[in-house]
Amino acid sequence: MNKERALLAYVSRLGDNALVLGQRMIELVAAYPELEEELANANFALDYIGQARMFYTYAGELEGQGRREDDFAFLRDENEFRNLLLLEQPNGHFGDSITKLVLFELFYLAQLGSLARSEDTQLAGIAARAEKEIRYHLRHNTQWLVRLGDGTDESHRRVQDSVNDLWRYTGEMFEADEIDTIVEKAYGGPNLEELRERWLADIDAILINATLDKPEDGWMASGGKAGRHTEHLGYMIAEMQYLQRTHPGATW
Amino acid sequence: MYTQGLDQKDKPAGTPQGAETPGQVEAFQDRIDAEDKIEAKDWMPEAYRRTLIRQISQHAHSEIIGMQPEGNWLTRAPTLKRKAILLAKIQDEAGHGLYLYSAAETLGVSRAQMVTDLLSGKAKYSSIFNYPALTWADIGAIGWLVDGAAIMNQIPLCRCSYGPYSRAMIRICKEESFHQRQGFDILVALCNGTDEQKAMAQDALDRWWWPSLMMFGPSDNESKHSAQSMAWKIKRFTNDELRQKFIDVTVPQAEFLGLKVPDDELEFDEKTGHYRHGEIDWQEFLDVLAGNGPCNRQRMAKRRKAHEDGAWVREAARVYAEKHAAKDAA
Repeated sequence: MNKERALLAYVSRLGDNALVLGQRMIELVAAYPELEEELANANFALDYIGQARMFYTYAGELEGQGRREDDFAFLRDENEFRNLLLLEQPNGHFGDSITKLVLFELFYLAQLGSLARSEDTQLAGIAARAEKEIRYHLRHNTQWLVRLGDGTDESHRRVQDSVNDLWRYTGEMFEADEIDTIVEKAYGGPNLEELRERWLADIDAILINATLDKPEDGWMASGGKAGRHTEHLGYMIAEMQYLQRTHPGATW
Repeated sequence: MYTQGLDQKDKPAGTPQGAETPGQVEAFQDRIDAEDKIEAKDWMPEAYRRTLIRQISQHAHSEIIGMQPEGNWLTRAPTLKRKAILLAKIQDEAGHGLYLYSAAETLGVSRAQMVTDLLSGKAKYSSIFNYPALTWADIGAIGWLVDGAAIMNQIPLCRCSYGPYSRAMIRICKEESFHQRQGFDILVALCNGTDEQKAMAQDALDRWWWPSLMMFGPSDNESKHSAQSMAWKIKRFTNDELRQKFIDVTVPQAEFLGLKVPDDELEFDEKTGHYRHGEIDWQEFLDVLAGNGPCNRQRMAKRRKAHEDGAWVREAARVYAEKHAAKDAA
Protein backbone atom coordinates (compact mmCIF):
# COMPACT_ATOMS: atom_id res chain seq x y z
CA MET A 1 0.00 0.00 0.00
CA ASN A 2 1.41 3.41 -0.90
CA LYS A 3 1.31 6.23 1.61
CA GLU A 4 -1.44 8.16 -0.21
CA ARG A 5 -3.80 5.20 -0.09
CA ALA A 6 -2.97 4.59 3.54
CA LEU A 7 -3.75 8.21 4.42
CA LEU A 8 -7.07 8.01 2.58
CA ALA A 9 -8.00 4.80 4.44
CA TYR A 10 -6.89 6.33 7.74
CA VAL A 11 -8.93 9.53 7.30
CA SER A 12 -12.01 7.65 6.16
CA ARG A 13 -11.67 5.38 9.22
CA LEU A 14 -11.62 8.44 11.47
CA GLY A 15 -14.84 9.54 9.76
CA ASP A 16 -16.40 6.11 10.37
CA ASN A 17 -15.54 6.22 14.08
CA ALA A 18 -17.08 9.67 14.45
CA LEU A 19 -20.22 8.86 12.47
CA VAL A 20 -20.98 5.50 14.05
CA LEU A 21 -20.52 6.87 17.57
CA GLY A 22 -22.52 10.01 16.75
CA GLN A 23 -25.32 7.92 15.28
CA ARG A 24 -25.49 5.77 18.44
CA MET A 25 -25.65 8.92 20.54
CA ILE A 26 -28.52 10.46 18.61
CA GLU A 27 -30.56 7.30 19.16
CA LEU A 28 -30.70 8.52 22.78
CA VAL A 29 -32.10 11.97 22.08
CA ALA A 30 -35.19 12.65 24.22
CA ALA A 31 -34.38 9.74 26.53
CA TYR A 32 -31.78 11.19 28.90
CA PRO A 33 -32.15 11.19 32.71
CA GLU A 34 -31.92 14.96 33.14
CA LEU A 35 -32.40 17.95 30.85
CA GLU A 36 -28.82 19.16 31.29
CA GLU A 37 -27.53 15.76 30.15
CA GLU A 38 -29.94 15.82 27.22
CA LEU A 39 -28.24 19.02 26.11
CA ALA A 40 -24.76 17.60 26.68
CA ASN A 41 -25.50 14.44 24.70
CA ALA A 42 -26.95 16.36 21.75
CA ASN A 43 -24.05 18.79 21.84
CA PHE A 44 -21.44 16.02 21.87
CA ALA A 45 -23.22 14.05 19.14
CA LEU A 46 -23.27 17.20 17.03
CA ASP A 47 -19.50 17.46 17.43
CA TYR A 48 -19.10 13.87 16.21
CA ILE A 49 -21.37 14.39 13.18
CA GLY A 50 -19.37 17.54 12.39
CA GLN A 51 -16.08 15.65 12.67
CA ALA A 52 -17.38 12.87 10.42
CA ARG A 53 -18.29 15.48 7.79
CA MET A 54 -14.80 17.02 7.91
CA PHE A 55 -13.02 13.65 7.71
CA TYR A 56 -15.21 12.36 4.88
CA THR A 57 -14.91 15.56 2.89
CA TYR A 58 -11.14 15.36 3.18
CA ALA A 59 -11.18 11.65 2.29
CA GLY A 60 -13.12 12.54 -0.87
CA GLU A 61 -10.47 15.11 -1.78
CA LEU A 62 -7.65 12.64 -1.16
CA GLU A 63 -9.37 10.05 -3.32
CA GLY A 64 -9.97 12.55 -6.13
CA GLN A 65 -12.93 10.71 -7.67
CA GLY A 66 -15.62 13.20 -6.78
CA ARG A 67 -17.05 11.37 -3.76
CA ARG A 68 -18.52 13.68 -1.14
CA GLU A 69 -19.32 13.30 2.56
CA ASP A 70 -22.75 11.77 1.93
CA ASP A 71 -21.34 9.18 -0.49
CA PHE A 72 -19.15 7.90 2.32
CA ALA A 73 -21.96 7.93 4.90
CA PHE A 74 -24.91 6.71 2.87
CA LEU A 75 -23.67 4.76 -0.11
CA ARG A 76 -21.17 2.32 1.33
CA ASP A 77 -22.07 -1.11 2.66
CA GLU A 78 -21.56 -2.28 6.19
CA ASN A 79 -18.27 -4.08 5.45
CA GLU A 80 -16.83 -0.88 3.96
CA PHE A 81 -17.16 0.85 7.32
CA ARG A 82 -13.92 0.56 9.30
CA ASN A 83 -14.97 1.88 12.70
CA LEU A 84 -13.94 0.32 16.01
CA LEU A 85 -16.30 -2.39 17.28
CA LEU A 86 -16.60 -0.55 20.61
CA LEU A 87 -18.46 2.31 18.94
CA GLU A 88 -21.13 0.25 17.23
CA GLN A 89 -22.20 -1.56 20.41
CA PRO A 90 -25.85 -0.91 21.33
CA ASN A 91 -26.58 1.78 23.87
CA GLY A 92 -27.74 0.03 27.03
CA HIS A 93 -28.17 2.35 30.04
CA PHE A 94 -26.66 5.74 30.88
CA GLY A 95 -23.67 4.12 32.59
CA ASP A 96 -22.92 2.07 29.47
CA SER A 97 -22.92 5.24 27.36
CA ILE A 98 -20.65 7.10 29.75
CA THR A 99 -18.24 4.17 30.01
CA LYS A 100 -18.07 3.71 26.25
CA LEU A 101 -17.32 7.40 25.81
CA VAL A 102 -14.60 7.51 28.46
CA LEU A 103 -12.87 4.37 27.13
CA PHE A 104 -12.89 5.70 23.57
CA GLU A 105 -12.34 9.40 24.16
CA LEU A 106 -9.30 8.80 26.32
CA PHE A 107 -7.75 7.04 23.32
CA TYR A 108 -9.19 9.41 20.70
CA LEU A 109 -7.97 12.53 22.46
CA ALA A 110 -4.40 11.20 22.42
CA GLN A 111 -4.77 10.11 18.80
CA LEU A 112 -6.01 13.57 17.79
CA GLY A 113 -3.27 15.25 19.80
CA SER A 114 -0.67 13.33 17.84
CA LEU A 115 -2.42 13.91 14.49
CA ALA A 116 -2.62 17.64 15.21
CA ARG A 117 1.19 17.63 14.95
CA SER A 118 1.31 15.37 11.90
CA GLU A 119 2.98 16.40 8.63
CA ASP A 120 -0.25 16.41 6.66
CA THR A 121 -1.42 19.94 7.35
CA GLN A 122 -5.05 19.42 6.42
CA LEU A 123 -5.43 16.38 8.68
CA ALA A 124 -3.54 18.26 11.39
CA GLY A 125 -6.01 21.14 11.12
CA ILE A 126 -9.09 18.92 11.45
CA ALA A 127 -7.50 16.99 14.32
CA ALA A 128 -6.64 20.19 16.20
CA ARG A 129 -10.21 21.35 15.99
CA ALA A 130 -11.63 17.99 17.04
CA GLU A 131 -9.13 17.74 19.89
CA LYS A 132 -10.60 20.83 21.55
CA GLU A 133 -14.09 19.33 21.40
CA ILE A 134 -13.05 15.93 22.72
CA ARG A 135 -11.05 17.41 25.60
CA TYR A 136 -14.23 19.03 26.83
CA HIS A 137 -16.35 15.86 26.31
CA LEU A 138 -13.86 13.74 28.19
CA ARG A 139 -13.84 16.05 31.19
CA HIS A 140 -17.63 15.90 31.39
CA ASN A 141 -17.85 12.14 30.84
CA THR A 142 -15.04 11.32 33.28
CA GLN A 143 -16.82 13.31 35.99
CA TRP A 144 -19.92 11.20 35.38
CA LEU A 145 -17.98 7.92 35.50
CA VAL A 146 -16.55 8.96 38.87
CA ARG A 147 -19.97 10.06 40.14
CA LEU A 148 -21.57 6.76 39.12
CA GLY A 149 -18.70 4.63 40.42
CA ASP A 150 -18.54 6.44 43.73
CA GLY A 151 -22.30 7.15 44.00
CA THR A 152 -24.75 4.54 45.32
CA ASP A 153 -24.27 0.76 45.57
CA GLU A 154 -26.57 0.38 42.59
CA SER A 155 -24.74 2.87 40.40
CA HIS A 156 -21.39 1.34 41.38
CA ARG A 157 -22.59 -2.15 40.46
CA ARG A 158 -24.13 -1.01 37.18
CA VAL A 159 -21.13 0.94 35.96
CA GLN A 160 -18.68 -1.77 37.05
CA ASP A 161 -20.68 -4.12 34.83
CA SER A 162 -20.42 -1.59 32.00
CA VAL A 163 -16.64 -1.44 32.36
CA ASN A 164 -16.39 -5.25 32.49
CA ASP A 165 -18.61 -5.71 29.43
CA LEU A 166 -16.96 -3.08 27.23
CA TRP A 167 -13.35 -3.76 28.20
CA ARG A 168 -13.01 -6.50 25.57
CA TYR A 169 -13.48 -3.90 22.83
CA THR A 170 -10.61 -1.68 23.96
CA GLY A 171 -7.77 -3.83 22.60
CA GLU A 172 -8.64 -3.05 19.00
CA MET A 173 -7.91 0.65 19.47
CA PHE A 174 -4.21 -0.13 19.88
CA GLU A 175 -3.80 -2.89 17.29
CA ALA A 176 -1.61 -1.33 14.62
CA ASP A 177 -2.30 -2.57 11.09
CA GLU A 178 -0.52 -1.61 7.87
CA ILE A 179 -2.52 1.62 7.58
CA ASP A 180 -1.58 2.78 11.09
CA THR A 181 2.06 1.90 10.54
CA ILE A 182 2.35 3.75 7.23
CA VAL A 183 0.59 6.86 8.58
CA GLU A 184 2.89 6.81 11.61
CA LYS A 185 6.06 6.53 9.51
CA ALA A 186 5.13 8.66 6.50
CA TYR A 187 3.13 11.43 8.17
CA GLY A 188 4.19 11.41 11.82
CA GLY A 189 0.93 9.84 13.00
CA PRO A 190 0.58 8.29 16.46
CA ASN A 191 2.47 5.23 17.65
CA LEU A 192 -0.27 3.00 19.00
CA GLU A 193 1.99 1.21 21.48
CA GLU A 194 2.84 4.56 23.07
CA LEU A 195 -0.84 5.49 23.12
CA ARG A 196 -1.64 2.19 24.82
CA GLU A 197 0.81 2.84 27.65
CA ARG A 198 -0.56 6.32 28.23
CA TRP A 199 -4.14 5.10 28.03
CA LEU A 200 -3.52 2.33 30.57
CA ALA A 201 -1.99 4.76 33.04
CA ASP A 202 -4.80 7.28 32.55
CA ILE A 203 -7.65 4.79 32.73
CA ASP A 204 -6.10 3.31 35.88
CA ALA A 205 -6.19 6.71 37.56
CA ILE A 206 -9.78 7.34 36.49
CA LEU A 207 -10.99 3.92 37.66
CA ILE A 208 -9.27 4.35 41.05
CA ASN A 209 -10.93 7.73 41.43
CA ALA A 210 -14.27 6.14 40.52
CA THR A 211 -13.64 3.29 43.05
CA LEU A 212 -13.98 0.82 40.16
CA ASP A 213 -11.87 -2.28 39.49
CA LYS A 214 -9.88 -2.56 36.31
CA PRO A 215 -10.87 -5.77 34.53
CA GLU A 216 -8.25 -8.44 33.89
CA ASP A 217 -6.92 -8.23 30.35
CA GLY A 218 -8.57 -11.22 28.73
CA TRP A 219 -9.70 -11.99 25.21
CA MET A 220 -10.03 -8.89 23.05
CA ALA A 221 -12.48 -8.58 20.16
CA SER A 222 -11.27 -7.05 16.92
CA GLY A 223 -12.15 -6.81 13.24
CA GLY A 224 -13.87 -3.43 12.92
CA LYS A 225 -10.79 -1.76 11.48
CA ALA A 226 -10.79 -4.40 8.74
CA GLY A 227 -14.54 -4.21 8.06
CA ARG A 228 -15.55 -7.33 10.03
CA HIS A 229 -18.24 -6.10 12.38
CA THR A 230 -20.59 -7.31 15.08
CA GLU A 231 -24.21 -7.99 14.12
CA HIS A 232 -25.24 -4.62 15.51
CA LEU A 233 -23.76 -2.42 12.79
CA GLY A 234 -25.94 -3.71 9.94
CA TYR A 235 -29.14 -2.45 11.54
CA MET A 236 -27.64 0.96 12.20
CA ILE A 237 -26.46 1.31 8.61
CA ALA A 238 -29.79 0.09 7.18
CA GLU A 239 -31.71 2.65 9.22
CA MET A 240 -29.29 5.48 8.52
CA GLN A 241 -29.10 4.91 4.76
CA TYR A 242 -32.68 4.01 3.94
CA LEU A 243 -33.81 7.27 2.33
CA GLN A 244 -30.75 7.55 0.11
CA ARG A 245 -31.07 3.89 -0.88
CA THR A 246 -34.84 4.10 -1.54
CA HIS A 247 -34.58 7.24 -3.69
CA PRO A 248 -31.31 6.85 -5.61
CA GLY A 249 -29.92 10.12 -6.92
CA ALA A 250 -32.52 12.33 -5.23
CA THR A 251 -31.44 15.67 -3.76
CA TRP A 252 -32.47 16.42 -0.18
CA MET B 1 -49.48 23.07 41.28
CA TYR B 2 -49.56 26.56 42.71
CA THR B 3 -50.11 25.59 46.35
CA GLN B 4 -47.32 23.04 46.12
CA GLY B 5 -45.22 25.72 44.47
CA LEU B 6 -45.63 27.95 47.51
CA ASP B 7 -44.16 25.21 49.69
CA GLN B 8 -40.82 25.45 47.91
CA LYS B 9 -37.94 26.60 50.05
CA ASP B 10 -36.63 28.76 47.23
CA LYS B 11 -39.77 30.89 47.26
CA PRO B 12 -38.72 34.32 46.00
CA ALA B 13 -38.65 37.19 48.47
CA GLY B 14 -41.72 39.40 48.24
CA THR B 15 -44.16 36.53 47.65
CA PRO B 16 -47.50 38.00 48.70
CA GLN B 17 -49.08 36.84 51.90
CA GLY B 18 -52.69 37.24 52.93
CA ALA B 19 -55.53 38.95 51.14
CA GLU B 20 -55.09 41.21 48.15
CA THR B 21 -56.38 44.72 48.80
CA PRO B 22 -58.21 46.62 46.04
CA GLY B 23 -55.44 49.23 46.26
CA GLN B 24 -52.74 46.64 45.50
CA VAL B 25 -54.67 45.24 42.58
CA GLU B 26 -55.31 48.71 41.17
CA ALA B 27 -51.68 49.79 41.55
CA PHE B 28 -50.62 46.56 39.82
CA GLN B 29 -52.96 47.19 36.88
CA ASP B 30 -51.62 50.76 36.62
CA ARG B 31 -48.10 49.39 36.24
CA ILE B 32 -49.29 46.97 33.54
CA ASP B 33 -51.11 49.76 31.72
CA ALA B 34 -47.95 51.88 31.86
CA GLU B 35 -46.07 48.98 30.16
CA ASP B 36 -43.88 48.44 33.24
CA LYS B 37 -42.23 45.01 33.43
CA ILE B 38 -43.24 42.96 36.47
CA GLU B 39 -40.23 41.25 38.06
CA ALA B 40 -40.00 38.13 40.24
CA LYS B 41 -39.78 40.01 43.54
CA ASP B 42 -42.60 42.46 42.76
CA TRP B 43 -46.03 42.11 44.26
CA MET B 44 -48.48 40.44 41.88
CA PRO B 45 -52.03 39.08 42.16
CA GLU B 46 -52.19 35.34 42.85
CA ALA B 47 -54.22 34.74 39.70
CA TYR B 48 -51.56 36.50 37.58
CA ARG B 49 -48.90 34.26 39.09
CA ARG B 50 -51.01 31.12 38.56
CA THR B 51 -51.75 32.05 34.95
CA LEU B 52 -48.07 32.56 34.21
CA ILE B 53 -47.01 29.34 35.90
CA ARG B 54 -49.59 27.45 33.87
CA GLN B 55 -48.61 29.08 30.61
CA ILE B 56 -44.82 29.02 31.02
CA SER B 57 -44.70 25.45 32.29
CA GLN B 58 -46.97 24.28 29.45
CA HIS B 59 -44.64 25.99 27.06
CA ALA B 60 -41.59 24.31 28.65
CA HIS B 61 -43.28 20.90 28.55
CA SER B 62 -44.15 21.45 24.88
CA GLU B 63 -40.49 22.06 24.06
CA ILE B 64 -39.50 18.82 25.80
CA ILE B 65 -42.25 16.63 24.32
CA GLY B 66 -41.72 18.34 20.95
CA MET B 67 -38.25 16.79 20.78
CA GLN B 68 -39.85 13.39 20.22
CA PRO B 69 -41.53 13.68 16.79
CA GLU B 70 -38.41 15.28 15.34
CA GLY B 71 -36.07 12.95 17.19
CA ASN B 72 -37.93 10.19 15.36
CA TRP B 73 -36.12 11.24 12.15
CA LEU B 74 -32.63 11.98 13.49
CA THR B 75 -31.24 8.53 12.79
CA ARG B 76 -32.80 8.52 9.29
CA ALA B 77 -32.06 12.07 8.11
CA PRO B 78 -31.10 11.81 4.43
CA THR B 79 -27.80 13.76 4.50
CA LEU B 80 -25.20 14.53 7.15
CA LYS B 81 -25.91 18.25 6.83
CA ARG B 82 -29.65 17.74 7.39
CA LYS B 83 -28.85 15.44 10.31
CA ALA B 84 -26.60 18.05 11.93
CA ILE B 85 -29.14 20.85 11.45
CA LEU B 86 -31.98 18.76 12.87
CA LEU B 87 -29.85 17.76 15.84
CA ALA B 88 -28.93 21.39 16.50
CA LYS B 89 -32.61 22.31 16.35
CA ILE B 90 -33.61 19.60 18.82
CA GLN B 91 -30.79 20.68 21.10
CA ASP B 92 -32.17 24.24 20.95
CA GLU B 93 -35.53 22.88 22.04
CA ALA B 94 -34.03 21.23 25.11
CA GLY B 95 -32.37 24.59 25.80
CA HIS B 96 -35.70 26.41 25.46
CA GLY B 97 -37.21 23.96 27.93
CA LEU B 98 -34.43 24.81 30.34
CA TYR B 99 -34.85 28.63 30.07
CA LEU B 100 -38.60 28.32 30.43
CA TYR B 101 -38.45 26.07 33.49
CA SER B 102 -36.08 28.64 34.98
CA ALA B 103 -38.47 31.49 34.12
CA ALA B 104 -41.33 29.58 35.80
CA GLU B 105 -39.16 28.89 38.85
CA THR B 106 -38.93 32.65 39.47
CA LEU B 107 -42.66 32.42 40.27
CA GLY B 108 -42.03 30.00 43.14
CA VAL B 109 -42.58 26.57 41.60
CA SER B 110 -39.73 24.07 41.35
CA ARG B 111 -38.69 22.26 38.16
CA ALA B 112 -39.12 18.94 39.95
CA GLN B 113 -42.74 19.82 40.70
CA MET B 114 -43.39 20.88 37.10
CA VAL B 115 -41.89 17.63 35.82
CA THR B 116 -44.02 15.65 38.27
CA ASP B 117 -47.12 17.44 37.01
CA LEU B 118 -46.22 16.67 33.40
CA LEU B 119 -45.62 12.99 34.12
CA SER B 120 -48.82 12.61 36.13
CA GLY B 121 -50.81 14.11 33.26
CA LYS B 122 -51.88 17.10 35.38
CA ALA B 123 -49.96 19.60 33.25
CA LYS B 124 -50.56 19.87 29.53
CA TYR B 125 -48.34 20.42 26.51
CA SER B 126 -49.19 21.60 23.02
CA SER B 127 -51.59 19.19 21.30
CA ILE B 128 -49.61 19.35 18.05
CA PHE B 129 -46.94 16.98 19.37
CA ASN B 130 -49.50 14.20 19.63
CA TYR B 131 -49.41 13.84 15.85
CA PRO B 132 -46.92 11.41 14.28
CA ALA B 133 -43.92 12.38 12.11
CA LEU B 134 -44.32 9.75 9.42
CA THR B 135 -41.99 10.80 6.60
CA TRP B 136 -38.94 13.03 6.17
CA ALA B 137 -41.26 15.69 4.71
CA ASP B 138 -42.93 15.89 8.13
CA ILE B 139 -39.68 17.33 9.49
CA GLY B 140 -40.04 20.07 6.88
CA ALA B 141 -43.71 20.60 7.72
CA ILE B 142 -43.04 20.73 11.46
CA GLY B 143 -40.42 23.44 10.96
CA TRP B 144 -42.45 25.43 8.47
CA LEU B 145 -45.93 25.15 10.00
CA VAL B 146 -45.50 24.18 13.66
CA ASP B 147 -42.56 26.48 14.33
CA GLY B 148 -44.20 29.08 12.09
CA ALA B 149 -47.35 28.99 14.23
CA ALA B 150 -45.24 29.00 17.40
CA ILE B 151 -43.43 32.15 16.24
CA MET B 152 -46.75 33.86 15.53
CA ASN B 153 -47.78 33.06 19.11
CA GLN B 154 -44.45 33.90 20.65
CA ILE B 155 -43.38 37.17 19.04
CA PRO B 156 -46.01 39.08 21.07
CA LEU B 157 -44.80 37.26 24.21
CA CYS B 158 -41.47 39.09 23.86
CA ARG B 159 -43.50 42.10 25.08
CA CYS B 160 -45.28 40.12 27.81
CA SER B 161 -45.67 42.07 31.07
CA TYR B 162 -43.70 39.51 33.11
CA GLY B 163 -40.00 40.37 32.71
CA PRO B 164 -38.34 36.92 33.03
CA TYR B 165 -40.79 35.38 30.53
CA SER B 166 -40.45 38.21 28.06
CA ARG B 167 -36.64 38.01 28.17
CA ALA B 168 -36.66 34.22 27.69
CA MET B 169 -38.98 34.67 24.71
CA ILE B 170 -36.71 37.19 23.00
CA ARG B 171 -33.93 34.62 22.92
CA ILE B 172 -36.24 31.75 21.97
CA CYS B 173 -37.83 33.65 19.08
CA LYS B 174 -34.46 34.26 17.46
CA GLU B 175 -33.81 30.51 17.38
CA GLU B 176 -37.37 29.68 16.29
CA SER B 177 -37.05 31.75 13.16
CA PHE B 178 -33.98 29.70 12.19
CA HIS B 179 -36.04 26.55 12.86
CA GLN B 180 -38.84 27.76 10.65
CA ARG B 181 -36.44 28.49 7.81
CA GLN B 182 -34.82 25.07 8.03
CA GLY B 183 -38.26 23.45 7.74
CA PHE B 184 -39.18 25.52 4.71
CA ASP B 185 -35.80 24.77 3.16
CA ILE B 186 -36.40 21.01 3.49
CA LEU B 187 -39.70 21.44 1.64
CA VAL B 188 -38.13 23.60 -1.08
CA ALA B 189 -35.67 20.76 -1.76
CA LEU B 190 -38.48 18.18 -1.85
CA CYS B 191 -40.73 20.30 -4.06
CA ASN B 192 -37.88 20.76 -6.52
CA GLY B 193 -37.16 17.05 -6.41
CA THR B 194 -38.64 13.85 -7.81
CA ASP B 195 -42.36 13.13 -8.09
CA GLU B 196 -42.12 10.92 -5.02
CA GLN B 197 -40.51 13.73 -3.04
CA LYS B 198 -43.21 16.22 -4.11
CA ALA B 199 -45.92 13.74 -3.15
CA MET B 200 -44.23 13.33 0.23
CA ALA B 201 -44.33 17.12 0.74
CA GLN B 202 -48.01 17.39 -0.23
CA ASP B 203 -48.92 14.52 2.07
CA ALA B 204 -47.14 16.23 4.95
CA LEU B 205 -49.01 19.51 4.33
CA ASP B 206 -52.29 17.58 4.14
CA ARG B 207 -51.70 16.07 7.57
CA TRP B 208 -50.13 19.05 9.39
CA TRP B 209 -52.23 21.98 8.12
CA TRP B 210 -55.30 21.64 10.35
CA PRO B 211 -53.46 20.59 13.51
CA SER B 212 -51.20 23.66 13.01
CA LEU B 213 -54.25 25.94 12.92
CA MET B 214 -55.44 24.32 16.15
CA MET B 215 -52.19 25.39 17.84
CA PHE B 216 -53.66 28.88 18.32
CA GLY B 217 -56.24 27.40 20.68
CA PRO B 218 -60.03 27.62 20.74
CA SER B 219 -61.81 30.38 18.86
CA ASP B 220 -62.23 33.66 20.73
CA ASN B 221 -65.79 33.04 21.84
CA GLU B 222 -64.70 29.72 23.45
CA SER B 223 -61.40 30.80 25.01
CA LYS B 224 -61.75 30.94 28.77
CA HIS B 225 -58.46 32.67 29.65
CA SER B 226 -58.23 35.25 26.90
CA ALA B 227 -59.86 38.40 28.32
CA GLN B 228 -57.97 38.46 31.63
CA SER B 229 -54.66 37.58 29.95
CA MET B 230 -55.16 40.45 27.51
CA ALA B 231 -55.84 42.87 30.39
CA TRP B 232 -52.64 41.71 32.10
CA LYS B 233 -50.70 42.03 28.85
CA ILE B 234 -49.59 38.43 29.06
CA LYS B 235 -51.42 38.09 25.76
CA ARG B 236 -51.46 40.85 23.15
CA PHE B 237 -53.64 39.35 20.42
CA THR B 238 -56.58 36.96 20.51
CA ASN B 239 -56.36 33.35 19.29
CA ASP B 240 -58.37 34.11 16.16
CA GLU B 241 -56.31 37.20 15.31
CA LEU B 242 -53.09 35.21 15.48
CA ARG B 243 -54.56 32.29 13.52
CA GLN B 244 -55.68 34.67 10.76
CA LYS B 245 -52.24 36.25 10.62
CA PHE B 246 -50.65 32.80 10.31
CA ILE B 247 -52.96 31.80 7.46
CA ASP B 248 -52.35 35.08 5.63
CA VAL B 249 -48.59 34.59 5.80
CA THR B 250 -48.51 30.85 5.12
CA VAL B 251 -50.86 30.40 2.15
CA PRO B 252 -48.60 32.35 -0.27
CA GLN B 253 -45.65 30.25 0.95
CA ALA B 254 -47.57 27.07 0.06
CA GLU B 255 -48.24 28.56 -3.38
CA PHE B 256 -44.53 29.30 -3.77
CA LEU B 257 -43.81 25.63 -3.02
CA GLY B 258 -46.46 24.53 -5.51
CA LEU B 259 -48.44 22.74 -2.80
CA LYS B 260 -52.18 22.81 -2.24
CA VAL B 261 -53.52 23.80 1.17
CA PRO B 262 -56.11 21.14 2.09
CA ASP B 263 -59.03 23.55 2.56
CA ASP B 264 -61.55 23.82 -0.30
CA GLU B 265 -63.11 26.92 1.26
CA LEU B 266 -59.85 28.84 1.34
CA GLU B 267 -60.28 32.09 -0.59
CA PHE B 268 -58.62 35.49 -0.59
CA ASP B 269 -61.05 38.26 0.33
CA GLU B 270 -60.07 41.40 -1.59
CA LYS B 271 -62.15 43.63 0.69
CA THR B 272 -60.61 42.58 4.00
CA GLY B 273 -57.19 41.67 2.63
CA HIS B 274 -57.40 38.34 4.50
CA TYR B 275 -57.98 34.72 3.55
CA ARG B 276 -61.34 33.20 4.42
CA HIS B 277 -60.97 29.60 5.56
CA GLY B 278 -63.06 26.55 6.31
CA GLU B 279 -64.21 25.51 9.78
CA ILE B 280 -61.70 23.76 12.02
CA ASP B 281 -62.73 20.32 13.30
CA TRP B 282 -62.97 21.33 16.95
CA GLN B 283 -64.05 17.83 17.94
CA GLU B 284 -60.64 16.56 16.83
CA PHE B 285 -58.98 19.33 18.86
CA LEU B 286 -60.96 18.37 21.98
CA ASP B 287 -60.24 14.67 21.44
CA VAL B 288 -56.49 15.24 21.22
CA LEU B 289 -56.57 17.50 24.30
CA ALA B 290 -58.50 14.81 26.16
CA GLY B 291 -55.68 12.34 25.48
CA ASN B 292 -57.08 10.68 22.38
CA GLY B 293 -54.67 11.89 19.71
CA PRO B 294 -52.60 9.46 17.64
CA CYS B 295 -49.51 9.70 19.90
CA ASN B 296 -50.57 10.98 23.35
CA ARG B 297 -49.86 7.68 25.08
CA GLN B 298 -46.66 7.06 23.18
CA ARG B 299 -45.23 10.52 23.98
CA MET B 300 -46.03 10.29 27.67
CA ALA B 301 -44.82 6.69 27.94
CA LYS B 302 -41.47 7.66 26.45
CA ARG B 303 -41.08 10.68 28.77
CA ARG B 304 -42.02 8.61 31.84
CA LYS B 305 -39.63 5.84 30.86
CA ALA B 306 -36.76 8.31 30.36
CA HIS B 307 -37.48 9.80 33.77
CA GLU B 308 -37.79 6.45 35.53
CA ASP B 309 -34.73 4.97 33.80
CA GLY B 310 -32.76 7.99 34.99
CA ALA B 311 -33.76 7.68 38.66
CA TRP B 312 -30.66 5.70 39.66
CA VAL B 313 -28.44 8.21 37.85
CA ARG B 314 -29.96 11.22 39.62
CA GLU B 315 -29.74 9.36 42.93
CA ALA B 316 -26.06 8.52 42.33
CA ALA B 317 -25.27 12.17 41.53
CA ARG B 318 -27.06 13.30 44.70
CA VAL B 319 -25.30 10.77 46.94
CA TYR B 320 -21.91 11.52 45.39
CA ALA B 321 -22.40 15.27 45.93
CA GLU B 322 -23.39 14.71 49.56
CA LYS B 323 -20.45 12.41 50.26
CA HIS B 324 -18.02 14.89 48.82
CA ALA B 325 -19.61 17.92 50.47
CA ALA B 326 -19.17 16.06 53.79
CA LYS B 327 -15.54 15.21 52.98
CA ASP B 328 -14.79 18.80 51.90
CA ALA B 329 -16.32 20.13 55.12
CA ALA B 330 -14.32 17.68 57.28
